[in-house]
Amino acid sequence: MNIHEYQAKEILKKYGVAVQGGFVAETQEQAIEAAQKVKEEFQSDWCVVKAQIHAGGRGKGKIQGTEQRGVQVAKNPEMAGEIAKNMLGGTLVTIQTGAAGKLVNKVLVAQDVFYPGASEPKEYYMSVLLDRTKKQNVIIYTTEGGMDIEEVAETHPEKIHREWVSPTTGLQPFQARKIAFNLGLEGKAFKEMVAFVSALYRAYEETDSAMFEINPVLKTSDDRIIAVDAKVNLDDNALYRHKDFLELRDLAEEDPTEVEAGKYNLNYVKLDGNVGCMVNGAGLAMATMDIIKLSGGEPANFLDVGGTANAETVEAGFRIIMSDPNVKAILINIFGGIVRCDRVANGVVEAYKKIGDVKIPIIVRLQGTNAEEAKRIIDESGLKVYSAIALAEAASLVEQVLKA
Amino acid sequence: MSILVNKDSRVIVQGFTGNEGTFHAQQMIEYGTNVVGGVTPGKGGSLHLDRPVYNTVKDAVNEAGANVSIIFVPPAFAADAIMEAAEAGIKVIVCITEGIPTKDMVTVREYIKGYNCTLIGPNCPGIITPGEAKIGIMPGFIFKKGSIGVVSKSGTLTYEAVDQLTKLGLGQSTAIGIGGDPIIGTTTKEAVEFFMNDPETEGIVMIGEIGGGMEAEAARWIKEHGTKPVVGFIAGQTAPPGRRMGHAGAIVGGKDDTAEAKMAIMRECGIHVVESPAEIGKKMFEVLGSK
Repeated sequence: MNIHEYQAKEILKKYGVAVQGGFVAETQEQAIEAAQKVKEEFQSDWCVVKAQIHAGGRGKGKIQGTEQRGVQVAKNPEMAGEIAKNMLGGTLVTIQTGAAGKLVNKVLVAQDVFYPGASEPKEYYMSVLLDRTKKQNVIIYTTEGGMDIEEVAETHPEKIHREWVSPTTGLQPFQARKIAFNLGLEGKAFKEMVAFVSALYRAYEETDSAMFEINPVLKTSDDRIIAVDAKVNLDDNALYRHKDFLELRDLAEEDPTEVEAGKYNLNYVKLDGNVGCMVNGAGLAMATMDIIKLSGGEPANFLDVGGTANAETVEAGFRIIMSDPNVKAILINIFGGIVRCDRVANGVVEAYKKIGDVKIPIIVRLQGTNAEEAKRIIDESGLKVYSAIALAEAASLVEQVLKA
Repeated sequence: MSILVNKDSRVIVQGFTGNEGTFHAQQMIEYGTNVVGGVTPGKGGSLHLDRPVYNTVKDAVNEAGANVSIIFVPPAFAADAIMEAAEAGIKVIVCITEGIPTKDMVTVREYIKGYNCTLIGPNCPGIITPGEAKIGIMPGFIFKKGSIGVVSKSGTLTYEAVDQLTKLGLGQSTAIGIGGDPIIGTTTKEAVEFFMNDPETEGIVMIGEIGGGMEAEAARWIKEHGTKPVVGFIAGQTAPPGRRMGHAGAIVGGKDDTAEAKMAIMRECGIHVVESPAEIGKKMFEVLGSK
């Protein structure tokens, strides 16, 4: 589960990770108030207004139809209010959001951390995630902060450092020191970085996170180390241990049809194609998307109906897929193992009749237990449904209906 | 021959008396699997499906000679169940459970290093040696005894491939579903290695999906040590980056874990890669014919 920057920073703070201070706002008035609070707490007129969306690249992104960027410095609370007004309710398009962009419902009014001082501020990059190959968590860090890590990996792979953490011992102090040394720090900044890394790793472990990305980690001009941005991804499978995190879910960030599908326990991901699909099992669902592409179409979605493909789930699946106006055909692909194909076939017929006006061709491929019987049920239903047993057959049917 | 499990496997079911455990234990018994009992803490001493229930895996090992375990306990307790099985001396541990926190699996992997056991899964359909032992939730009737080894991250996609093979007369030595989670017990490469060392396996079907580097690792190993033809498929060629496709581990994070990149490296390493999942069986048939 992804969460917003302001929520991620709240979590980090609880674990003693130093973060850029700030207050969240949903209106222009609240933004002015937040900026005033920032002014009192940090003794500075300046602040930064940051659009809160679940995507990166905000600083370079623009609010659709305007020149307003997704992150901007304000020189006083009134200006912060103006910027917030420009952002709120607007659609922010960044390199990560795609052309459709994301609606901005909240802004974070944060402390300006690039204030002048004794030393030059410096940006670093740090992330914590699972190394699937080594089966250990790894801290990835580099002196090249504030830019896209993929780009650094491309241009300066030698500048990217990795520190693996043993699952038995956890992060050791020498490892935190090594990181601080490798980042070229000394004195107060060195000590702060050691504390920062230790607290960050503890936060990652104790929140059961799947990924932390802090970009940039900033050394301020007075040698403090703070997280200026924070991207946190929580392990969905571990949410049962963190009931309080459930409140952090922002449904506005998710596709409404995906939210709707979730209510029926359907695993649905919306895509941009023209052929919808409904499949049992995640691997077969991905393979079915691939079949659609090879047959000349583009998958409109990923949909795994799981082990129980009954009339109710099939109907819910139909309605969700058909709510997408781009869908020109639907391919249902069920491999009946434990679930019997004849039951699924009856479910399809029932759901079809219940919906009534299905205007697009439906291809049903049922294979496995009672597949022949299932094909007979579909063929004799009198509905405009094409049936298939072999996967190759289903593929050529998709090709056929797309050409028609 | 076969890998890991056969007619002599003495199988117990952890989570024996629950709904899932009961249903699948019954199916496994009907298939002919030698299920010698089960474990449900607190219900030890009773009988279930005419077989003894034990309080601990250790009791099942001592009293019933169990050496294989299949786990159906809920996600919150599954990591504990795996470690209990390892500690008790179970040799092959199959964990079906989906939804175990990744952190728990990191701990499990570290823990079981100290024991001589093979973990399959979690979040997998299990393992089957046709005609001998079904230790999983797959539909037994699609399998046929033979000489093709199948390794796959997915359940129904495994059935799809097996069904194609069986219909072309190509039976299977063993089929193993290794699971779709980011951290699993047996990797693609390890499963492939088992099959390469099994004298009765003549060809291997290797099915992967987006996410992680296991297929690339297996491909490189095959290039170095492979002695049998391998047919490969990667699901998720059309999956968008950054989105989780059902399986917790099926997510494109970078350039290397896309289907395209995996298929390219597999081809380079001499694997017969098919682009369509409908051609897995056919490809194996052709490859073996032209051997």
